[in-house]
Amino acid sequence: MKDTLGKDIITPAQLTELIDLVKKLHGFDFSDYTKASLKRRLGRIMMLKKLDFYDLKHVLVNNPDFFQEFLEEITVNVTEMFRDPAFYKSLNRLVIPYLSTYQHAKIWCAGCSSGEEVYSLAILFKEEGLYKKSFIYGTDINTEVLKEARKGIYSLRKIKSYAENYLFTGLPGSITDHFTIMYDAAAIHSELRQNVLFSVHNLISDTVFNEFQMITCRNVFIYFETELQERILDVFYRSLCPLGYLCLGNKETIRSEGFRKKFKVIDQKENIYQKIGS
Amino acid sequence: MALDDNIISRWQQSETLLLGGSAGSFKILFHLIKILPHDLNKTVIIIIHRKKNFFSEIEKLFAENSRMFFREISDKDKIESNAIYIAPANYHTLIEKEGYFSLDVSEAVWYSKPSIDVTFESAAEVYSTKCTAILFSGANQDGAGGLLKLYQSGALTIVQDPGEAEMAEMPQSAINLNAATCVLTTKEIFELLQNST
Repeated sequence: MKDTLGKDIITPAQLTELIDLVKKLHGFDFSDYTKASLKRRLGRIMMLKKLDFYDLKHVLVNNPDFFQEFLEEITVNVTEMFRDPAFYKSLNRLVIPYLSTYQHAKIWCAGCSSGEEVYSLAILFKEEGLYKKSFIYGTDINTEVLKEARKGIYSLRKIKSYAENYLFTGLPGSITDHFTIMYDAAAIHSELRQNVLFSVHNLISDTVFNEFQMITCRNVFIYFETELQERILDVFYRSLCPLGYLCLGNKETIRSEGFRKKFKVIDQKENIYQKIGS
Repeated sequence: MALDDNIISRWQQSETLLLGGSAGSFKILFHLIKILPHDLNKTVIIIIHRKKNFFSEIEKLFAENSRMFFREISDKDKIESNAIYIAPANYHTLIEKEGYFSLDVSEAVWYSKPSIDVTFESAAEVYSTKCTAILFSGANQDGAGGLLKLYQSGALTIVQDPGEAEMAEMPQSAINLNAATCVLTTKEIFELLQNST
């Protein structure tokens, strides 16, 4: 919870200035991020660090260590296990039967933040008997959140808050069955960490790195403008095997005419697509 | 200040109507969207607090009872006139100056996602005088700060009379911040919105 009053508002010109500065100094290009959200994130950093616009520029230029912190705050790392239970239900019903026909299924979870979605998929696969022949790659732009993802240790309070999500997915038992609990921490079962790998990948500047049977990229596109979304859709398209699946967030749809022809809608509501054509 | 010609004329000139509410506001909002004509010539954006994982009931009820085009917001939806949009649960809704919505899953504000403050603040940066915002009943302070930003940017800001709101805290917080152009009873709010042209 926070009071949003008294937050400095950045002018559009200042926003452009900052985007240019970050691009020149650190090679991260935020120019195709949606502006309202980016402005909000910048306002938040300025409030948390008690910096005005000029101070912010100053630390970005003169304090090399600040950038990692800046990156962590500017990208949204809020995630849940089994966010949108209906999506996991749909995945279970419509996609898993197909993934099960492969000898080996490779999954790419793009923009995985601290790993909750990767482990949610691992749990689902395990329950459906698919886990042992699958491998899940979790990638994110942010090295700090990936450290947490690799550990797979979350606060017990957080895991308990996902209990309702888990219940709605219809999976057996409860979410805590998949964790070892010690005091107020919950560590994902080591088995569920064996077939997952976390690494840094920048959707904006990096490209295809493997071929996948399924890619999930949920609630990442909301931060990107349409042209950038299309550029990344192309990376996904080229990264998928024929008839591979693409899962976007609950409120993210493929709008471009070109890509609508390249992806068949599997579930309109949950935004699950299948690659068609070649 | 009660309902007067100046307020009626500012409402009539508005191109956007923002409606925010939480506990105790559902019934009013439900009846309110029923009276809005299909050719209102304005965009209506509703932000109402609700739990995640219990989707579609509010949206369904509103959609069935609205005479205007009704839609739950999806990311990058174009903002059209003669349409009612409702902010989806478990996302913040932002307004881009190019005329579309963008969504955000970042931290809850005042324990709320969607947060009324977030949408109101972003609306304040995009819309200026041709905007009317109404804050209804609710049990927390979300919306008050955003309403103040709207007030400062020249919007007509209306707060439901806390004396008759089921939960007074939300409208009262807005009044305490001096964010309200006027405080109206539910009856007056309905009267105003019926004077749409």
